[in-house]
Amino acid sequence: MKTSELIAKIKEKLDKDALEITETPFDDILIEINKDEIISVMETLKNDPELKFDSLLNQLGVDHKERFSVIYNLFSFSLDRKITVKAYLDRENPEISSIESVFRGINWFERETFDLLGIMFTGHSNLQRLLLPADWEGYPLRKDYAFPDQYHGIDNRARSNFK
Amino acid sequence: MLERFNVVNRLEEDPALLLTRLDTALNLARANSVWYLLLGLACCSIELMQTGGPRADLDRFGSLFRATPRQSDLLIVAGTVTYKMAPRLRRLYDQMADPKYVIAMGSCANCGGLFNLSYSVVKGVDLILPVDVYLPGCPPRPEALTEALIKIQEKIKKEKYLLKKD
Amino acid sequence: MMPGDGRDPGITDKFATQEMVLNMGPHHPSTHGVLRFILQTDGEMIVHVTPDIGFLHRGLEKIAELVPYQSFMPFTDRIDYLASLNCNLGYAVTVEKLAGIEVPEKAEYLRVIGAELTRMASHFIGFGALLLDLGAVTPFVHALRERERYNDLIEKLCGARLTHNYVRIGGVSHDIPSGFKEETMRYIDHLEYEFIKEFNDLASFNSILINRLKNVGVISREQAVEYTLTGPNLRGSGVSYDTRKDDTYSIYDRFDFDIPVGKGMFGTVGDSYDRYWARIEEITQSCRIIRQALNQIPDKGEIRTKLPKAFKVPEGEAYVRTECPRGQLGFYLISDGGKSPARLKIKTGSFSAMTIIELISHGVMVADLVAIIGSLDVIAPEIDR
Repeated sequence: MKTSELIAKIKEKLDKDALEITETPFDDILIEINKDEIISVMETLKNDPELKFDSLLNQLGVDHKERFSVIYNLFSFSLDRKITVKAYLDRENPEISSIESVFRGINWFERETFDLLGIMFTGHSNLQRLLLPADWEGYPLRKDYAFPDQYHGIDNRARSNFK
Repeated sequence: MLERFNVVNRLEEDPALLLTRLDTALNLARANSVWYLLLGLACCSIELMQTGGPRADLDRFGSLFRATPRQSDLLIVAGTVTYKMAPRLRRLYDQMADPKYVIAMGSCANCGGLFNLSYSVVKGVDLILPVDVYLPGCPPRPEALTEALIKIQEKIKKEKYLLKKD
Repeated sequence: MMPGDGRDPGITDKFATQEMVLNMGPHHPSTHGVLRFILQTDGEMIVHVTPDIGFLHRGLEKIAELVPYQSFMPFTDRIDYLASLNCNLGYAVTVEKLAGIEVPEKAEYLRVIGAELTRMASHFIGFGALLLDLGAVTPFVHALRERERYNDLIEKLCGARLTHNYVRIGGVSHDIPSGFKEETMRYIDHLEYEFIKEFNDLASFNSILINRLKNVGVISREQAVEYTLTGPNLRGSGVSYDTRKDDTYSIYDRFDFDIPVGKGMFGTVGDSYDRYWARIEEITQSCRIIRQALNQIPDKGEIRTKLPKAFKVPEGEAYVRTECPRGQLGFYLISDGGKSPARLKIKTGSFSAMTIIELISHGVMVADLVAIIGSLDVIAPEIDR
């Protein structure tokens, strides 16, 4: 179906939950929502028989300098379309509900976003570091991260002059 | 061939008698059966596998791979070492029995390589282990790894470890 | 208690057993890389598996924010080192889409030929390592012999055996050398008509292999979609979805090829044998694509569009998915108009495949767990990046 028809359909299903639905270049749809509505929006998108976005492709967190955002990519086999859902979070206390109850496969994606960016997912069953050692300090993907000089006595300074 | 190994042959007197130094004979046996530990961390491990594979064969030098550190003489660090893996690597090295040797294979094991900009990579495995041979390349060709093994063999042949040290 | 599940009902009912915790540590004699599993077992049966990852986490996503766009290409080699050309291609397609760069015809054909050759070479190690884990050493060496011929071919094309760095943003780096077309034709004829038949006679229809792989690690269609499996893992469960056909990129719409789907050849649909067989069938399809590309490639043409020295990508976001041998590789690129990306997220097929191991390994034996991990064809740098 055409993108404009799909946008109209999603608008009527989501009603007032979505802040803004736009068509981005490359034939893609971006839905911006308030972070408190995330569970209800995801449930509607997954369970509605006309939309059926039941495959969660990707989840990532982004550090814009004044705030954070969390982005989800969903895919529907029946419509053969993918969409993007975005929610903004504030800088001092970034937290959002976990959607593990809706999509079971998002467990590790949320752990990785917590590990690298420090975004808290409330309601997650096991929110611990995934990729870095358990006693690592700091969140590396943040823009103001300072690389540590040493880790347990091993020198961590770069040995090349790449600029 | 016998001159190269400092072996004196008294073939005229008794064809079954060979004289040599004990060190030489032992080193000859040790150098031609260097068993290496299968420690493939990243991309260099594929070149390690292909060096042990059908074309550039490490088996003709007497080297096999062993899965356990207790039975190996040589540790080939093939790939990037991260901080999470570093304690395990040190433990594997400590579990090997003396005399043991280490080849740092590839740029990542020599000095951190391509990943000098990274926060979680150990910049060179010689910050954790003592290294005998550094092998550059990203990844090094099988011929280069064979040359590194031959250098280890030459190092072994020069050792004198039966003498009492004062 | 069914006969054949390893328990004698008369004896074990009287014993009180205790679970033990075993560590299948980061160093183990398997070729999938540094992965760690913590097993809770009741004798030989597994009760729970917890994967522990991160032993090869090199921070590629942070490095992407520090280096310019063209300089990130060698790092994409190391995302999946057995299929570097496919990862290079995915990154180049993403940046070109966001910046609106046209790629010349000849470069597109060269990219497709390189990508399909690399797909086949990656599958050799994929199913070769599975067989090695199960104890069959000889077929692995047969597969390595074919991969050595691939190494020679690709070295003639771009100079490297393993981490190619061949694709550039706007084209490729080297032109087709003389004699390459004939040699590649001979190679794929040998693969399609001789090697696959020989390998199937040697290993694929061996009754021991069939008994070890059938009905082991069954993933149903709903589970595969829920946990976002992609690539041969998804197709082995009966879902016919291939990014090259259904979300096409580059010039794949000009070629005619089929998509092999698991049909439950010897057991249920979605078991380990189906995933193994999907990879064997993909080799034939890749040979078809290469043959058509070699017949259609233009003799003369540019191989690279010129880019400005300080190359900047306009502001915007794009999510582009390409088909790599281990699944679907997605690059989510956010650009703020500068020389390096503002955020690059790499989503790989092995990451999702690791999440499903916990689900499907209740009540299997430890040896079956090895078969499951091998049939999903995971590799450590794709999981950890």
